[in-house]
Amino acid sequence: MDKVMLAVGTRKGLFLGRSDNRLDWEWEGPHQSMAAVAAVAIDTRRATPRILVGGRNEHWGPAVFTSDDLGQSWSEEAGGSISFPKDAGADLEQIWQLRPGPDDRPDEVWAGVEPSALFRSGDGGGTFTLVQSLWDHPHRPDWRPGAGGQCLHTIEPHPTDPNRVLVAMSTGGVYVTEDGTKSWNPANRGIRVPFMPDPEPEYGQCVHKVVRDTDDPDLLVLQNHGGVFRSTDGAKSWQQSETGLPANFGFGMTRTRGSDGSFFIFPLSADMNRFPVDGRAAVYRSDDDANTWQESRDGLPDSGFHTLVLRDALTSDDGDPTGVYFGTRSGEVWGSVDRGRSWNQLVSHLPDVLCVRAAVLS
Amino acid sequence: MTVNVTMQLPAVLADVAGGRRTLAVQLDTADPTLSDLLDVVGCVHPHLVRRLRTESGQLRRYVNVFTDGEDVRNAQGTETPLTENVVVLVLPSVAGG
Repeated sequence: MDKVMLAVGTRKGLFLGRSDNRLDWEWEGPHQSMAAVAAVAIDTRRATPRILVGGRNEHWGPAVFTSDDLGQSWSEEAGGSISFPKDAGADLEQIWQLRPGPDDRPDEVWAGVEPSALFRSGDGGGTFTLVQSLWDHPHRPDWRPGAGGQCLHTIEPHPTDPNRVLVAMSTGGVYVTEDGTKSWNPANRGIRVPFMPDPEPEYGQCVHKVVRDTDDPDLLVLQNHGGVFRSTDGAKSWQQSETGLPANFGFGMTRTRGSDGSFFIFPLSADMNRFPVDGRAAVYRSDDDANTWQESRDGLPDSGFHTLVLRDALTSDDGDPTGVYFGTRSGEVWGSVDRGRSWNQLVSHLPDVLCVRAAVLS
Repeated sequence: MTVNVTMQLPAVLADVAGGRRTLAVQLDTADPTLSDLLDVVGCVHPHLVRRLRTESGQLRRYVNVFTDGEDVRNAQGTETPLTENVVVLVLPSVAGG
């Protein structure tokens, strides 16, 4: 098969893995050494794939770095790719998400940042502009930081309707636009919260991740701060989706592509016990549109796995069959080439893994 | 009136300052401040200045700047006045894990 690239963002830089068979990997890095890389994207819509990295050096602040030669060299916009306008009264703290748009809009890239804000690029991720309508939303004063910071971490552009975009933030919850970012509405109906007096508020949820089905754009699955939910109506309403899960807390989530694709999540015991249940590493897979989940863990450690998978550290590639990958805060990356039925450790002893992305390079 | 300033950088920032660790800067502003110095340097070395201050003009938390040996945070921050032949020393503070 073609070469597959894994981009692993860690607390101390980016590591790149390459493989011809997805079992044997060659690793290089760190790139952007000492920068915490919480966001990475491999944009394969371009003639030459572009790697986009959102890093934050503790001393020198956040920045977007891009590479058009698969990591051999890097560029950084002189004025900074992402900056708040002066009248916003805010400073960029961290880049949490870099999300290429649909294939038919090859220059569109979205960025989600801390403090919670959405930026859009029309030049492939070189420069970004604040989406003012969301920044000016009357709910914004009520959005509060979770443990990771007040961040907009999830962006799901609709694959065919450019007017529709879904974002999620911690805290704040899910917001959607259906008019090309002119206006935004909360979309949290049915998402219950254990940490507020009102168990089902209009907004204020601590959503950890949302993924959209690749075939049915109205099918979405959501990991909340306590609770897994699914929506079949484009986020107008959410229903609990926990049948088969050992716990309903967690962060990482992905959906493999294609009509026979599956959803994957990595459950943790609880908010106050953020370890895999009984210390067993276990991914859970749904083959029925998140109606039910089943354990998917052959090859993973049976015990002593006291680590976790962060919100963007579970991902998949475009191979056939689809490869699924996750990274841990203990610096390991695991992969599966049989739709999650069995797993192999691909690398270990990296810094804490914050995010993972994969792409097939033709 | 021109004020001559010497800006000294840590080695780790030389690659965003044209490979140099010492910059000689002439400020033509009346009663120039550290903020004015960063504005002038940023025209030539924008990557450098983005590493020192945020878009709203605040010094980054773990960047320390000294004027003739005095921490500007104990003076007037980015509005600290710069006088003729002052040495502006930039150092990364102790941080990280």
